[in-house]
Amino acid sequence: MIALSDFLTLGALLFSLSVAGIFINRKNIIILLMCIELMLLAVNLNFIAFAHFAGDIAGQVFVFFILTVAAAEAAIGLAILVVLFRNIHTINVADLDKLKG
Amino acid sequence: MFEVTNMAFALPEMFMLAMACVILLVVAFLGKTAAGPAYVLSQLTLAITMVLIYQSMGEVGGLTFDGTYIKDIFSDILKMTICALNIVVLTYSTSYLKARGLFQGEYYVLAIFSTLGMMIMVSAYHFLTLYLGLELMSLCLYAMVAMHRDSAVATEAAMKYFILGAIASGMLLYGMSIIYGVTGSLALTTIADTIQAGGIDNTVLSFGLVFLIIGIGFKLGAVPFHMWLPDVYHGAPTAVTLFIATAPKIAAFAMAMRLLVDGLGDAHEYWQGMVIMLSVLSMIIGNVVAIAQTNLKRMLAYSTISHIGFILLGILSGSQEGYAAAMFYALVYSLMSLGGFGMIILMSRNGFEADNINDFKGLSGRNPWYALMMLILMFSMAGIPPLVGFYAKLTVIKSVVDINLMSVAVVAVVMSVIGAYYYLRIIKVMYFDKAIQHEELQAPVDMRVMFSVNALTVFALGIFPGSLLALCTSVFS
Repeated sequence: MIALSDFLTLGALLFSLSVAGIFINRKNIIILLMCIELMLLAVNLNFIAFAHFAGDIAGQVFVFFILTVAAAEAAIGLAILVVLFRNIHTINVADLDKLKG
Repeated sequence: MFEVTNMAFALPEMFMLAMACVILLVVAFLGKTAAGPAYVLSQLTLAITMVLIYQSMGEVGGLTFDGTYIKDIFSDILKMTICALNIVVLTYSTSYLKARGLFQGEYYVLAIFSTLGMMIMVSAYHFLTLYLGLELMSLCLYAMVAMHRDSAVATEAAMKYFILGAIASGMLLYGMSIIYGVTGSLALTTIADTIQAGGIDNTVLSFGLVFLIIGIGFKLGAVPFHMWLPDVYHGAPTAVTLFIATAPKIAAFAMAMRLLVDGLGDAHEYWQGMVIMLSVLSMIIGNVVAIAQTNLKRMLAYSTISHIGFILLGILSGSQEGYAAAMFYALVYSLMSLGGFGMIILMSRNGFEADNINDFKGLSGRNPWYALMMLILMFSMAGIPPLVGFYAKLTVIKSVVDINLMSVAVVAVVMSVIGAYYYLRIIKVMYFDKAIQHEELQAPVDMRVMFSVNALTVFALGIFPGSLLALCTSVFS
């Protein structure tokens, strides 16, 4: 039997991985977008685990909404990425340096 | 089990949603010529929504939609403010957008949907509604920042805003999931009851709270989660900066109040320390870094960060007076920031952004009236009596003095003195420096009138702050 704590540990690991990916990655914006998706999936895992072990349906319903919003978010993120690439011809994170001060 | 859902509580939002869809269709059918009709329709929508909210203000509020949604006096006031602010914002933006080829129907569709998101955030009483409102608002804002497609800085700002905004939502959600696990519910009422009843694991609760506060901090722009704010304010087209800097701040304030006070009010001892840290750091970093700025939009961004620090002072006090003071500060701040960014739009013209402090040199010689209006706004932001910014600062500082957090109050006072330096610098530049350019203002009449009204309201509220203050106090008593 897999315990609640196992799910939570996995969720926390995925979440930490995604945060580390966002802050360590200095190369590619697409990897940033992937890390953001991973972050939301880690949260989903948490919600489902809690909902299952508490016998409460609300957490699972929340997950459906998070998935939908994540899709919309990815669409907007990629759209901004395309526009950005047209303007600066690179998707290197380090090149996002015009705004400073 | 079966309650009759009181739809009337959400009537303003339903009306706005219907109108947003109508505007979307109008824009889709008219194509390139849609901007004019979309603008008129958006203004009408905001105005009628305001009337609807005003009419329902006297009625008894309460929870609806199975406890996910609330109508109370707090939400009514903030929603009316949001609509009013956006009416002014849209009026200010027209000439700016026209001059830059951005006067498109999409801008208004996004603005109305984003306003709808803010209204849902203000009324949300459940993690799910709160999250959906937040995302509806944020997704529209990301797209609005990127509206200027050919501008490298605007798209860069949009990317930064998007990534940090998404991280913020992720953090907020993680915090929500932990709190859901501890309390077993997503509804703020049940969460509050469970915490009050006790018997839950407080270590896990504070673990969730950390993430929740990081999320709120990101959305408000509190240090150390402020990195996006100066870049986005600077890079976005000024009309969009104006939009982001006013109403969404009210919505973020409402979100903080709903989560921390309504939902986790009894866990006050666990979050107070974290909020003190955010507040003190915001006041220090915001005010000190603002001194070094030469770009006015960037300077106002750092000034926003410091104002957020002051708003948090009211929230962290945990008293009804403190909450009322924070609400008063948030309303006043949005009015001042509306004027501040409005001034940049007023000064800008075809192909020229008036966002450098040097562009304001000698303004009093060219346009004495608008220099005077800017003087009022800057004095008010600096917190100099008898302007309304002074009363806002006074009430929040009083609320932390009342709970014996003297060191925090001292930091707040010292920082408002340091902050006065960069506001006064603008006034010095306007009144005592020689002009380097002599172009006439090109702003249309409606914008000039509204801007004057905006600044004079700040002045009038400073002389008669009592009624607004009493209104805010009545919300929490």
